[in-house]
Amino acid sequence: MAEDGATRAKHMKPSLEQIIAEHAHREGPLLPILHDVQASFGHVSDDAIRSIAHALNLSRAEVHGVVSFYHDFIQTPDPRPSLKLCRAEACQARGVEALAATITVPDGVRIETVYCLGLCSVGPNAMAHGKLHARLDAAKLAALMEMLA
Amino acid sequence: MTVVRISNDSLALACGADEVAAAFDAAGCTVERVSSWGMHWLEPLAEIDGQGFGPLQPQDVAAVLSGQSAKAIGPIEQHPFIARQQRRTFVRAGKTRPLSLEDYAATGGWEGLRRARDIGSEAIVTEVTTSGLRGRGGAGFPTGIKWQTVARAQAAQKYIVCNADEGDSGTFADRMVMEGDPFLLIEGMAIAGLAVEAMRGYIYIRSEYPHAIATMEAAIRASADIVAPFVLEVRVGAGAYVCGEETSLLNSIEGKRGEVRAKPPLPALEGLFGKPTVVNNVLTLAAVPWLLAHGGAAYAEVGFSRSRGTMPIQIAGNVKHGGLFETGFGVTLGDLVDDIGGGTASGRPVRAVQVGGPLGAYHPPSDFHLPFDYEAFAAADGLIGHAGITVFDDSVDMSRQARFAMSFCAAESCGKCTPCRIGSTRGVELIDRISERKGRAPDRIETLPQMHNAPKVERTLGDEIALLEDLCETMKFGSLCALGGFTPYPVLSALHRFPEDFGITPVVEPAE
Repeated sequence: MAEDGATRAKHMKPSLEQIIAEHAHREGPLLPILHDVQASFGHVSDDAIRSIAHALNLSRAEVHGVVSFYHDFIQTPDPRPSLKLCRAEACQARGVEALAATITVPDGVRIETVYCLGLCSVGPNAMAHGKLHARLDAAKLAALMEMLA
Repeated sequence: MTVVRISNDSLALACGADEVAAAFDAAGCTVERVSSWGMHWLEPLAEIDGQGFGPLQPQDVAAVLSGQSAKAIGPIEQHPFIARQQRRTFVRAGKTRPLSLEDYAATGGWEGLRRARDIGSEAIVTEVTTSGLRGRGGAGFPTGIKWQTVARAQAAQKYIVCNADEGDSGTFADRMVMEGDPFLLIEGMAIAGLAVEAMRGYIYIRSEYPHAIATMEAAIRASADIVAPFVLEVRVGAGAYVCGEETSLLNSIEGKRGEVRAKPPLPALEGLFGKPTVVNNVLTLAAVPWLLAHGGAAYAEVGFSRSRGTMPIQIAGNVKHGGLFETGFGVTLGDLVDDIGGGTASGRPVRAVQVGGPLGAYHPPSDFHLPFDYEAFAAADGLIGHAGITVFDDSVDMSRQARFAMSFCAAESCGKCTPCRIGSTRGVELIDRISERKGRAPDRIETLPQMHNAPKVERTLGDEIALLEDLCETMKFGSLCALGGFTPYPVLSALHRFPEDFGITPVVEPAE
């Protein structure tokens, strides 16, 4: 179980069956499965929901209920790279709203709002491609947009 | 060869620590990646022979190595921000390599666990009770009593669950423990396991913390033999703030929607998979190794009134010297903001300080005399929560902050109880109308003859404010958990302490 990260790295894109088989024996396997499905396929499709429900002896409604509850799981793929911009209180206090108003989002990029990346003393903060960026100003944010586009 | 110590905490990385480390490496230095001292305004901070330099950029490296750097801050240990602290949970911060078992053992690691194994279950619970340790997640429930309840429960399987779903804006201490001193948390959980005779533990970490997840997973692998037969596993959240609520977190681990459960039954008796479960915050569990190694009585020596021990306070937002400040309870809010935090980063006057995350109250500077203590803040209609302090300068519009609190609650509500699910959306609408400074005429439905109770005359601004207070009352007492129940704190504190932002002058402030 502790080998998850390593196992994932070995097979970059495991199949749905492999993902289910890897986690099915665990206590509470649904979230780990959904995380891996989301990471591998970019979304959790209706087909995936059907297979997961079948494998875990759950109803499709139950799995759908879980998928739709959590912000991290999406049901239709969105291949655009995203910038996760924190807009919670600590970043608000450091001017993220004024900064957000300056953004022109290039085509093919999307901005997601997140509530807190845990860097609350050095905001405004954002995450792009898994990398964190702090102390953002208009120039840094524009450069990040450029990089993503 | 010069040894340079630079943090690999995710905050340091976000500020460019990797680039600075690479520049030192290229200059022929040996770079050691350690945890963060918690002086965030100085990150990336480099330490050479105890001397600090920060905040650095790669081009500063040559000046640092030639002894000419204008960014020298002198000996780090003697920096006023560090020297004034009483570090117990963060005793290793800045000093050790997070994943080095050798560093951990050399700095008193596993001493608490050793003693716990010697004294056994009952004596561990007694030590924790003696220490006066209270849940650091916000509720402040006595940890000893929780552990005792689980210890006395009869079950074949019990669990230790660590709540590392640190979603509150303005808090980062859990993240710093997991990234900077992961074995400390593991040791605390193993001790909890011994205390209540649980063999299995889960650490539920929010997905927004990828570095903490990776560090904890590596640390669990590295220390598996040391804590055996206790077995630990990381579970990753999926972007739901409400999963920081303990019963919702348990549902999430079980693979369900993160909906809150009604209590009772208490998780201590029927928790994860229906089994007796200790659910504690990262900081609670991380406080345990110290108090076991040094004794509960020694832990209780520091503190204020019924809040014993130390609290890792997180100074954030618009503040000059933001970071982690661990000290005994009782330090005043004013000291934290003005003296330790150095006032606002923007240089403008402080207008409001939100204490305790998104569900904490906004305090004006007239509250700066308040000592950091669970009861003192409760008496001032606030809470200390997870001890995050977010500073705002005088450019803040408090009616917008109140609206944000309601809209955040609406976005993150699990939907289980009505006051939170519907009240939050009605709250946003109400605050929007109040912000436009206009009342509201009855709509078509309300004018129907069947709607006996609906007012037939236009509601004034005063009526709308009374309605907002009434709604907050309903949410506070009618919600199942702290999300709906505590959202009124930021809303009402903004309304009552900063009424001018809602178009009312303080003299006509409605009676409470």
